[in-house]
Amino acid sequence: MENNGKKTRIVKNIKVDTKKCVGCKACEIACSAFHATPRYSSINTGRSRIMVVADEMLDIFVPIRAGDHTEAECNGRNSYIIDGKEYSECTFCPASCPSRDAFKDPDSGLPLKCDMCESDPPVEKPMCVDACTFGALTYEEREVEVTEPVTTVTDMDEGLKTLIKRYGLKKVMDTVVRVSKE
Amino acid sequence: MRYCETGFQLEVDLSKGSIDKVETDPRDTALYLGGHGYNAKILYDRVPPETDPWSPDNLLIFGNGLLNGTCVPGANRVSVNTIAPVNGFFGHSLMGGFFGAEMKQAGYDRIIIKGEAPDLVYLAIHNDKVEIRDATHLRGKGMLDTQRMIQEELGDKRAWVAAIGPAGEHRCITASIDCGNSSAARTPGPVMGAKKLKAIAIRGTKDVNLAHPKEMWEMCSRLRKELDANPNIGDWMATDEDDSFHHNNFAWGNARVRRKTFWSEGLEERWRNLKYDHMNRWTGCWNCPKACHNLIQWPNRRRFSYKCYGKDTYHMASFQELDFTYEILPVAMDLGFDSYSTPQTIAFGLELLDAGILTEADFPGMPADIRGRFYYLLQKMAFREGIGDVLANGVSGAAAIIGKGAEKFDHNTVKKFEQLPIKLGKLNPAYFLMIATGEDMAITQIEGSFPQDPIADPELREEFIKKWIAVPDKKFHDWFRQWVKRDELPDQAMVEITDWNECMHYLDDSLGFCGFVSSFRGQFGGTTGYHVWNMPDIITHGTGMEFDKDRLWECFQRNRTLIRALNNRRGLRRSMERPPEDHWAVRNEAYEQQLLTKYYDFKGWTFDAIPTKETLERLSLGWVAEDLIKRGVLTGDEPTALNDPRAKNEKE
Ligand code: SF4
Ligand code: SF4
Ligand code: SF4
Repeated sequence: MENNGKKTRIVKNIKVDTKKCVGCKACEIACSAFHATPRYSSINTGRSRIMVVADEMLDIFVPIRAGDHTEAECNGRNSYIIDGKEYSECTFCPASCPSRDAFKDPDSGLPLKCDMCESDPPVEKPMCVDACTFGALTYEEREVEVTEPVTTVTDMDEGLKTLIKRYGLKKVMDTVVRVSKE
Repeated sequence: MRYCETGFQLEVDLSKGSIDKVETDPRDTALYLGGHGYNAKILYDRVPPETDPWSPDNLLIFGNGLLNGTCVPGANRVSVNTIAPVNGFFGHSLMGGFFGAEMKQAGYDRIIIKGEAPDLVYLAIHNDKVEIRDATHLRGKGMLDTQRMIQEELGDKRAWVAAIGPAGEHRCITASIDCGNSSAARTPGPVMGAKKLKAIAIRGTKDVNLAHPKEMWEMCSRLRKELDANPNIGDWMATDEDDSFHHNNFAWGNARVRRKTFWSEGLEERWRNLKYDHMNRWTGCWNCPKACHNLIQWPNRRRFSYKCYGKDTYHMASFQELDFTYEILPVAMDLGFDSYSTPQTIAFGLELLDAGILTEADFPGMPADIRGRFYYLLQKMAFREGIGDVLANGVSGAAAIIGKGAEKFDHNTVKKFEQLPIKLGKLNPAYFLMIATGEDMAITQIEGSFPQDPIADPELREEFIKKWIAVPDKKFHDWFRQWVKRDELPDQAMVEITDWNECMHYLDDSLGFCGFVSSFRGQFGGTTGYHVWNMPDIITHGTGMEFDKDRLWECFQRNRTLIRALNNRRGLRRSMERPPEDHWAVRNEAYEQQLLTKYYDFKGWTFDAIPTKETLERLSLGWVAEDLIKRGVLTGDEPTALNDPRAKNEKE
């Protein structure tokens, strides 16, 4: 996108206000319906790309959207204490990961990822946001300037030379082939 | 493919240890819809009238409303039905929250529990994987620990666990079944205890299919926004801190004392602070744009959530203030007690002590202060110790055991069932009919569509009528126009108002709608979310079955009549249909009897309050007529009530 000669792109953001979430799952329902084939033909929160981590007894309500898939679970985990409430490990992590069954298609086991409800024609706002009448999810778009990559051919030359020096040409070649296949 | 429903029910026999996933007949859905209607059909078929409610042969059924687990906003109620130990009739309770939707996603429309386990067990359901697991390590555990421990055992924090506490395990009549922020109170808890079923944990990840996806989604999205914007639905008590209505009008203690000037601005301010200083947030139910549960953290207590009138019952039974409810409610709920009838039972016990029918010797070690006494009796009842073993039978049951005039103190029950503590002056005919004849046993489960009071100002009245699209027939507009005094409308109007009120609850309970967005909320403001004009389209688009208002109304009549017949078969007759004698100060026995006759006649029932053969046949319940005739409940020749010779005598 061009704007006054500057290159820009749209960043889509869903702002989550955990204090406003009531745990109603309307967001999960909407997401699963939108991604059903044919569209809206079924409801299954197990297929949703948004999940409300809820524990009423701890007053914890955190809607998270599915991010990238990871093959291996993290070695080190994060748990947070915010305002005196202890959030268990992985509460805020969006990954579909071997450590839990979140964000995996219940039938195929394949990872699910939020696609921001990209569709043709486009929806006015993401389905989960539209369904949340409590204001826990709000959608915003902002235009950001795209900074050109600073890496130059010379940089790459230098980088490669370093790698070849450290690991030998064959190992670097093998790695490039393997990684490009993945 | 089946739509909105899964087409399967889970049948578990705890005596045999058997688990069966059984395909159901879609024709039954078309007739009874789901929820309590469908459950009543199963109870009629499988639990003969001789069966003792405590017997392993009694069933405990968790039945999804037809629309639960779909995108229909506010449809999440599970009807929990059984033969109730308190009176031997159809026991009906509703559970909101998330249990029903999860059950549907696990692939079941309902769960039917039969038999009695050799020792305490729980049921673990994850889609097709169903296990009966040992629960002896959970014996005596409260609701919260039970839910958490089961989730940990199953390694699944997203599993919903419906459990009983010690009160249910000990078959207390006022025990409830709790799941998250919701509970099934009134009748099923003790049956679950008798079956030695501590809990049902459920998790599901299957599709719930919709027949006309696009139309259904559009309709539901629109409804969701309408419900959200509608100020007349949801539970006002979640946000309106003016609770003068209950405190000034309902009776305190053992439904005894009215304190007409109790409420004040100062009190309201104090209580508002008390609430919001301790409240974390509101929480909701599956797919509902209202959030009615107040999540509270009180010092030295675990977090708990309550809704509606549950906020008042403990302090009103004990003549205390809101802080006492906040302090005792988490304890009582964790023990697994219903907050509606339990405080009444305790107040009843203490009244017997004051009256000298029970003595200090019956309450060894009981503290002198009223708050201490309530805690003492809760514990005694939950574990059935000493006098608690007697009171655990509920007010009517305990009165019968105690004798010595205790029966006189059982003054607020109908068919042995605790009622709201309401004591008024002049008889209200529609309310008389609802309380006397309602199969759902509690007025809040019967009233709700027709306003409680007339509107005097003609302009405001017309404004109300203009928005009042929920009426099934224009005649209700006409009656509303001519209505001036609360108790004065033609009997025909009183009968039909009762009928419509009932209808909406029956539809809600079979479809899964919460009364707060539907049946209970029509009476306030006249713009409730669901009514006989929009429900048919939802059913049509959701299930693919063509529905219209008449077909829907017939489903109500069928379910109402079936449940009546089920109770008739268990001995229910006209003579039992009596509101508490002191419900109104001024009574007129002859008039009340005439009203009953007119109501029965309108319903197509006999003078004895039993559906006639013709009525049953008209509603495709010919098989019920055959059974009633075979059992001698009907001869088959009875006329409807007004054509009975006894009705003629009444007039003279
Ligand atoms: S729809 Fe909104 S309030 Fe409901 S669970 Fe999702 S984020 Fe929370
Ligand atoms: S933005 Fe769309 S895809 Fe992503 S979680 Fe929300 S509804 Fe699902
Ligand atoms: S209106 Fe309130 S109680 Fe009813 S379903 Fe909605 S949140 Fe639950």
